[in-house]
Amino acid sequence: MKIIACIKRVPTTDLQPRVAADGKSLDASGVQYMTSFYDEIAVEEALRQKEKHGGEVTVLTIGPADASKEVREALAKGADKGVILVDGAWGSRDPLATAKALAEKIRALGADLVLLGRVGTDRDNAAVGPMLATLLGWACVTDIVGLEINGTQGSARREADAGLETFAFALPAVLTCQKDLNEPRYAALKGIMAAKKKPLEESPCPASTSQVEVVKLALPPARKAGRIVGEGAAAVPALIDALRSEAKVL
Amino acid sequence: MTTVVVFVEHAAGTPRRASLEALGAAGALGSHIVAVLCGQGAAEAAPQCGRYGVARVAVLSGGNWSPDAAAQGMAALVKEHKAVAFLASATSTGRDVAPRVAALLDSTLFSDCTALAKTGERLVVTRPWLAGKIEATLETSARVLCATLRRNVFPVRETGGTAEVAQGPALGPGKAVLEKTEAHAGAKLDVSEAPVVVSGGRGMKEPQHFALLEDLAAAFGNAAVGASRAVVDAGWRPHSEQVGQTGKTVSPQLYVAVGISGAIQHLAGMKTSKVIVAINKDPEAPIFKIADYGIVGDAFEIVPALARAVRKIKAQG
Repeated sequence: MKIIACIKRVPTTDLQPRVAADGKSLDASGVQYMTSFYDEIAVEEALRQKEKHGGEVTVLTIGPADASKEVREALAKGADKGVILVDGAWGSRDPLATAKALAEKIRALGADLVLLGRVGTDRDNAAVGPMLATLLGWACVTDIVGLEINGTQGSARREADAGLETFAFALPAVLTCQKDLNEPRYAALKGIMAAKKKPLEESPCPASTSQVEVVKLALPPARKAGRIVGEGAAAVPALIDALRSEAKVL
Repeated sequence: MTTVVVFVEHAAGTPRRASLEALGAAGALGSHIVAVLCGQGAAEAAPQCGRYGVARVAVLSGGNWSPDAAAQGMAALVKEHKAVAFLASATSTGRDVAPRVAALLDSTLFSDCTALAKTGERLVVTRPWLAGKIEATLETSARVLCATLRRNVFPVRETGGTAEVAQGPALGPGKAVLEKTEAHAGAKLDVSEAPVVVSGGRGMKEPQHFALLEDLAAAFGNAAVGASRAVVDAGWRPHSEQVGQTGKTVSPQLYVAVGISGAIQHLAGMKTSKVIVAINKDPEAPIFKIADYGIVGDAFEIVPALARAVRKIKAQG
């Protein structure tokens, strides 16, 4: 089975972002990067499916040339090869532009299964997976927490608001991975050494015009200073009073 | 007048509240609203949309639910009506379908928007980046603005009126087809739609102590239990309850944080709540910096007392 796991480099989740002087972009100085949390789950699922069904895992990303750090991490965990679509302006691609570039590359590479994280923890759109599937004309299940592949047929459980939904589909398919799907492994030293010899292709990312125009970026308004109403259970009446008469939420 | 197509979800023959909020957002733009409904019970729910400013309803009929088949029908409808926007609520189903509709229209998608406005003829959205650490105000060059809307943000507009109901395009067979739904135990509210959220963190000390928070949520009646990442990672609570950067972003009327110190990733996910109450042993906990009201002390004494007091008020009506 040919499996592709798509990953994205995003700022670390402890980032306290600053708006740049133009008011339309983020100050990139001092920002540290990591693989988006849910993409780690996609990589893990790709490895587990390969362990079960055989085949190969390709890790695909759009990013700057030094996104090789994140790709090498996935290779160290057991992925077979890496592909970076190099785009200096990777941070400002909109989800459609990202999906189009991935679709073009995936058509060229060929795949039975494409796995992505359910959302990138930077722009939070959760759109690239289902857009990619739509462009490819493939089946797609989002937010999956369970996956069974049987020959050319698949069954995936997704986490929905009201409960768990089970979808049936035929391969090839695009799946986006939710947290409960698996527990990502750590790379072993042997894997880290082996990763250095694994193939890593860099090719230019197809150019794109972003359909998103930034009007302005701002930090959310600071919350008005609150107050400590008291200590221990004795403070409950004061809290109730504040919620009823001041905040009017009770 | 410009036309906006809104995906309306329904349950038990009634439009979901989240979808009524999306209709409210479309109505606030002064648009001609076309609602699109799918699936069993759609015919029953369709006429009710008229009360919320919908002029026309298209009912898409097909076999078992399939997000790709539904998206084909919705995109066709957007083209047929030459709509300027396609809106859905940021529910699990809305977020599943909307990107597909957008891709079929060659439009990008704006997810989980917290504001939607018109400046001249341009539509402008506000949405969170980095889980709400940044508020981005954005426009699009796409012919159709496609967006999902954060729940509990846009008011429902009851305008009265009747909608003209018509059969929309029949849906083809889907590529991914729903076979089975297993409902959550009980009629549990999701943290992202509940008007009140009672969340617990590591300060709850043991998973079984979450019973206290469940009891407080039950006292409010319209509340969901949430959790910090620490307790989800420890396996005490399911990920579906996690609030924060790698969980859900919530904006309830009231957010009660119990035994949660307030890591930046958690704060990002709940900072837009209308009122925040923090209960924590540590008076220096960062959560107190963003809380409207705080009580310092032992959660195991405070929470049951709070639940009793809330029950008393609810009983008085």
